[in-house]
Amino acid sequence: MSEHPSTPPLELPPSAVAPDVAEAEERRWTPGKIVLWAAISLLGAVAWSVLAISRGETINAIWFVFAAVCTYLVFYRFYAKYIERKIARPDDSRATPAEYNSNGRDFMPTDRRVLFGHHFAAIAGAGPLVGPVLAAQMGYLPGTIWIIVGVVFAGAVQDYLVLFFSMRRGGRSLGQMAREELGLIGGTAALIATLAIMIIIVAILALVVVNALGESAWGVYSVALTIPIALFMGCYLRFIRPGKVLEISIIGFILLMFAIISGRWVAESDLGSALFHLDRPVIAWSIIVYGFIAAILPVWLLLAPRDYLSTFMKIGVIGLLAVAIIIVRPTISVPAFSEYAGRADGPVVAGSLFPFLFVTIACGALSGFHALIASGTTPKMVEKEKQTRFLGYGGMLMESFVAIMALVAAISIDRGVYFAMNSSAASTGGTVESAVAFVNSLGLTGVHLTPNMLTDLAANVGEESIVSRTGGAPTLAVGIAHIMHQWFGGTAMMGFWYHFAIMFEALFILTAVDAGTRVARFMLQDTIGNFIPKFKDTSWRPGAWLCTAIMVAGWGYILILGVTDPLGGINTFFPLFGIANQLLAAIALAVVLAIVAKRGNFRYLWIVAVPLAFTAVITIWASWEKIFSPVAKVGYWAQHNSFKEALDQGKESFGTAKNVEAMEAVVRNTGVQGTLSIVFVVLSIIVIVTAIMATIRAYRAPGTATDTEDPRVESRIYAPSGIITSPAEKELEARWKDVPADQLPTTGIGH
Amino acid sequence: MASALFPAVHRSLGKVRWYLEGMMGADAYRRYVDHHAATHPGCAPMSERQFWRDKYDWEERNPQGRCC
Repeated sequence: MSEHPSTPPLELPPSAVAPDVAEAEERRWTPGKIVLWAAISLLGAVAWSVLAISRGETINAIWFVFAAVCTYLVFYRFYAKYIERKIARPDDSRATPAEYNSNGRDFMPTDRRVLFGHHFAAIAGAGPLVGPVLAAQMGYLPGTIWIIVGVVFAGAVQDYLVLFFSMRRGGRSLGQMAREELGLIGGTAALIATLAIMIIIVAILALVVVNALGESAWGVYSVALTIPIALFMGCYLRFIRPGKVLEISIIGFILLMFAIISGRWVAESDLGSALFHLDRPVIAWSIIVYGFIAAILPVWLLLAPRDYLSTFMKIGVIGLLAVAIIIVRPTISVPAFSEYAGRADGPVVAGSLFPFLFVTIACGALSGFHALIASGTTPKMVEKEKQTRFLGYGGMLMESFVAIMALVAAISIDRGVYFAMNSSAASTGGTVESAVAFVNSLGLTGVHLTPNMLTDLAANVGEESIVSRTGGAPTLAVGIAHIMHQWFGGTAMMGFWYHFAIMFEALFILTAVDAGTRVARFMLQDTIGNFIPKFKDTSWRPGAWLCTAIMVAGWGYILILGVTDPLGGINTFFPLFGIANQLLAAIALAVVLAIVAKRGNFRYLWIVAVPLAFTAVITIWASWEKIFSPVAKVGYWAQHNSFKEALDQGKESFGTAKNVEAMEAVVRNTGVQGTLSIVFVVLSIIVIVTAIMATIRAYRAPGTATDTEDPRVESRIYAPSGIITSPAEKELEARWKDVPADQLPTTGIGH
Repeated sequence: MASALFPAVHRSLGKVRWYLEGMMGADAYRRYVDHHAATHPGCAPMSERQFWRDKYDWEERNPQGRCC
């Protein structure tokens, strides 16, 4: 431990701008600043008014962008700053774990802009792309309001505070923090809930991929080709040119483009379509087998290279889509509130706006899963405490913007086409004629679907049919193709853009499936290890394989149920995904609540308590409806009992189930769904109650709570605290630049 | 020489490269070497090939979640 010489040979500049100087700088309002923020606020207000009041025929998509970005900027500047001052209270003269634990590996002070990209790539996946598409059945306004308002008051607050408090605890995980703050019962419930929630989330994501690839030779071929491409990249990095990550990612990206382009030729050839035209159950089984093998293969061979590809695609596609929306500015003819905003029988996802909008759109507004990332890799890399506002709050705003773009893409396509694609085959009958009849019978204003609209679009995107392509991904891909082809390539390129979008969603999801299985496997091994110590040894092959198999069986079972569900699959399973994710958010916020209370900060506790109360109420309410609603379309048990009754009466078919076997499948599926709903909600209530008890204890006996933060270490490095450097920071930066390189302090510990 | 003619272009391409490498973790070896030189002066760091093997082995034991 030779890293902290007791007498530095040279007086180093301070490690942070003096707090009073920084404060004065923030509070000084120059005319330029006032004009800028007034203009941003005004533009945001105008955009919101257009979205809320406009009842014309169409509305331009650019208003969504303005409303979102202006709101983000205002809340980032003012509300996140308020949270920083009142709750987090960061101190930049205090060393972060990246500094005092620096080990050249996971603990490394990382440039804030680089870390922002890193963090964003870890939190953003298919979730914010799928939820908004499904919620578009209620019209554009409910989803838009929830995505934007939800993120600034709940989602970004959760990400920011979990990141900050984890950083203050040396980068501890959410599970460890729950155990410390809530005690054994709350901590154990949080752990089991996290594990169960991971399984359901992986299963539903896999279901989205299966639905996107089912009966699509082009899609199956190009996504399957990503596996050999990733293997090649892995071997290249291992044996040929180690460490040349950017180089091989560019090569991989070019190969990926070839996989998409050549997909058309394969799908159009007889042999190709015979080989790759697969039924959904076959694809589901392939993903299960793939998931197991991928999770036990060495990281360098498949996971790491595919993660490079996925990151590369993520940044590229999201950037491309943002530019395309701004350039193309699609017009939108979807109403602000559709017929289904006030009803519970929507064909895409069942349930009324309250509470089901708030669980259909999870990621993008509030995502509990982020708490696992914000308490994992990122807090170990933060350079300065104040940067957590930019990383945590700002990173989540970025994901919210992705969700807004997904919503815009989904509502830019014809509404009739939207419902034909997103209603389950049980409703549409699966053929063009029956789908047209079904959609036109819904009685939606302005919807006149013709068979040509469906067949032309299917031909343009290079698919056999687009009827009942549920799961959100195909709709988003059509939306992206619809926007992109107007900017680049025309109709001839629509097939390419469609499969480009499918490919990048599949890449995210397969990475999430693989990584999720691995993380869950470790959690399971750790848990079993408490009883059978041998399991704690994660390099013990039989234990690792067994636990991987258990996890894959868990999500694989739900995936198969979803694929073969006579009621349609995604529309009955998706609410479970949203509920699970939001309950995890409630758990994360509950842990944050207990921490803030233990700091004795009751005056500003509402900043955490309000979003916690909201998400707890909305998800417990949604769970309640799923468990107790007497409406068969909404309640799992109501559906379960009505099918059971029909079976008991000896009926041969019931509702959309055409035979006894299908009826039995419905009884089984709704039983599994209903049981999972009960398990999730009970575990979450336990966590929330233990958090409230911890909060009350802290209130009754202030100052007695044990401090779980790591001890303060004086920082000896300097970095700016936000994305833009202030004049005082620039001045300090210049002083640090003058320090000779050999006099700079070294961070971290020796071995 | 495009880079000589357009130093600004060259500089911004360099920045893009720096950013992408940082975000994807491609700069891990360079950072490790810097860290090693600072904390273990006089002791040779791992070779690049060895470092990446070691890094992936470590990731094998410490899996990181990817979000939905």
